[in-house]
Amino acid sequence: MMIALLRRLGQTVFVLFGISALVFLVFFATPGADPTARIAGRNASPQTMEKVRQEYGFDRPLPVQYATMMKKLFITQDLASYVDRGELVVPEIARAAPVTVSLVCGAAVIWVVLSIAMGTLAAALKGTWTDRSLMMLGLVGISMPVFWLGQVANLITQSRYHDTWLFSWVPGLGYVPLTENPWGWFKALVIPWIVLAVMFIGIYSRVLRADLVALSGEDFMRTARAKGLSPTRILLRHGLRTSMITFVSLFGLDFAQLVGGGALLTEVVFGLPGVGRLTYQALTNLDLPLIMATVMYSAVFVVLANAVVDVLYLFLDPRVRDAR
Amino acid sequence: MPAETIPMLPAPLLEVRDLCVSFPSRGRMIPIVEHVSFTLGERDILGLVGESGSGKSVTAMALMGLIDSPGVQITGSALFRGQELVGLAQKQLLRLRGSEIAMIFQDPMTAFTPVYTIGWQIDEQIRAHERLSRKQARARTVELLADMGVPDPARTADRYPHQLSGGLRQRAMIAMALSCNPSLLIADEPTTALDVTVQAQILDLIRSLRSTYGSSVLLITHDMGVVAETCDTTLVLYSGRVAETGPTDALFAHPGHPYTAALLASIPPLDGPRPHRLPAIAGAPPAPLERPAGCAFAPRCSYAHETCRDAPPPLVPLVPAGQAGQAGQAGQNTGAQSAANIQQQSAQFAACVLPAEGTLLLPRLLEADTAMSSPGGIILGLSDQGIQPMLSSAGEPPL
Repeated sequence: MMIALLRRLGQTVFVLFGISALVFLVFFATPGADPTARIAGRNASPQTMEKVRQEYGFDRPLPVQYATMMKKLFITQDLASYVDRGELVVPEIARAAPVTVSLVCGAAVIWVVLSIAMGTLAAALKGTWTDRSLMMLGLVGISMPVFWLGQVANLITQSRYHDTWLFSWVPGLGYVPLTENPWGWFKALVIPWIVLAVMFIGIYSRVLRADLVALSGEDFMRTARAKGLSPTRILLRHGLRTSMITFVSLFGLDFAQLVGGGALLTEVVFGLPGVGRLTYQALTNLDLPLIMATVMYSAVFVVLANAVVDVLYLFLDPRVRDAR
Repeated sequence: MPAETIPMLPAPLLEVRDLCVSFPSRGRMIPIVEHVSFTLGERDILGLVGESGSGKSVTAMALMGLIDSPGVQITGSALFRGQELVGLAQKQLLRLRGSEIAMIFQDPMTAFTPVYTIGWQIDEQIRAHERLSRKQARARTVELLADMGVPDPARTADRYPHQLSGGLRQRAMIAMALSCNPSLLIADEPTTALDVTVQAQILDLIRSLRSTYGSSVLLITHDMGVVAETCDTTLVLYSGRVAETGPTDALFAHPGHPYTAALLASIPPLDGPRPHRLPAIAGAPPAPLERPAGCAFAPRCSYAHETCRDAPPPLVPLVPAGQAGQAGQAGQNTGAQSAANIQQQSAQFAACVLPAEGTLLLPRLLEADTAMSSPGGIILGLSDQGIQPMLSSAGEPPL
């Protein structure tokens, strides 16, 4: 077990190194583009250019440049954005991360609960109208772009029907920290949660239903029926439990991707100062240090989440437990 | 289970009459199983033999009420201890399944849910039917596993299916099937996925069940060897219809249906000169929709003639020796009376026109020394005392 964990950790570090090197090469070593000018921003004075070149070591060989970058990112954490008047990048991400985590965790709870309920119900009532309408609903959820849905939600709750009893509780756009005011935090986030979850509910419930239907033809499901178990028990204890293996691997990837900044559109639409919005700003300003930092942050999350999924596998699937 | 009191004429445990199963496909009903009838007594082992697609498994699944594809039609009757199984409500079926009728499946590799331990799954079945605590259920599980010859049963119960060998898994499967002391055990090709040594052990185990647990077994297989070793009675299915049925010894000694004879002929002989090529049945069984109006085997049968092609031949009793000639005439003349007569003397039936026409197949030569050489007669060598092969030619019937 210990060796397995250590090996896993080694892999994680290796993957992170690979990603950082790749991102570094793309942004800082592209031939024909001078990173100094980009970091310093448009119309920077020669003095600033010189300072940047010194600071990042752009006059030295590539490996040194890479090492300098990583040192500024992870060790001294003094990577600063020149575009944004010397704002330190790492604390900026540290401030944005809780917002994104709040948004994504809430949405994840909603989409996991609802998609399991919908998928299981549809599989149990396979071929009936309930099944068909649930799956149709899922398809509608998948096909609505999140930014459009977000704008519509805003239109309804913020302006059009804001003065009715139904939506008068909705606060203005923005984020309230959980530590400051838990109820306010909830009120500010509940609509973004739902909007972000809608597409995933659609995908996950359809995947789960398909998985459960496929499983119902398996030999072990037939055995369970031959044992005289009730249909509910067969579906939940044998079917759903086995489907969870697929479900969790899918969930791990999506969750990590979202926490790593993939909820960008939702954050922008709802004015939530999360990592996604930070990335978006960095990209519009071509703020290289910030791009570097957000990409690394995202990579760390994806890799970590995968490690967590692997550990979860150990609990969910005894076959994996023995394979390592 | 009433073990001591076996009456002279025991009421059968399971009596299947005219069981038909058809599945819908593109607007038509495809008959998979047609008019299958058989009787299984207490502590009997009945072998259901046939090729893939002959409807063996569908028959078993129909008995268990496990067929739930939409639009499926199951007709006929299956009386289990006087209770009709065909069309029984799901709720009552749930109570029967696993406790009164249990089933063992072909592939022990995939028949257990992979994410639970063997013991958990056996406990689950026990607790589904009886009010027992977790501890009591587990105690019974361990005991059952030990009975099935599983080494270190307490530890094995805590292992996951993938951690066990095929033989152990099948033993666990049987333990699970027996966990509620069912009176009928349906074994759907229980040894097909196992290697020969393990196969023999599992068959021994199944044979011993009737004395230790008093169970009757419906053994589904395509392996004639397994049938010969294990079953009291044999039922040969061909293309969804009964081809022949009878006591295993009699059926193996003098098959009455050309299909059975051909199947038996294709078993390699253990002694004597090695045949150049094993006899095989030319062609393939017809697809359910392309079954001929007459005997389903007729297109592949070397005895086929006009009478075979009109309607499926009914099951007729095979005739003891000496009465063969009579019966041949009786079949055409004064049928009813002598048929009833014969019925009492013979338990072997074949769905073939040949016995009624007086043309009987050659008995199989089980042992070289019991065979007398007499040139090519075609009278069935069976007397009331048993089998007396009256004829031998150089080999098997030319099929």
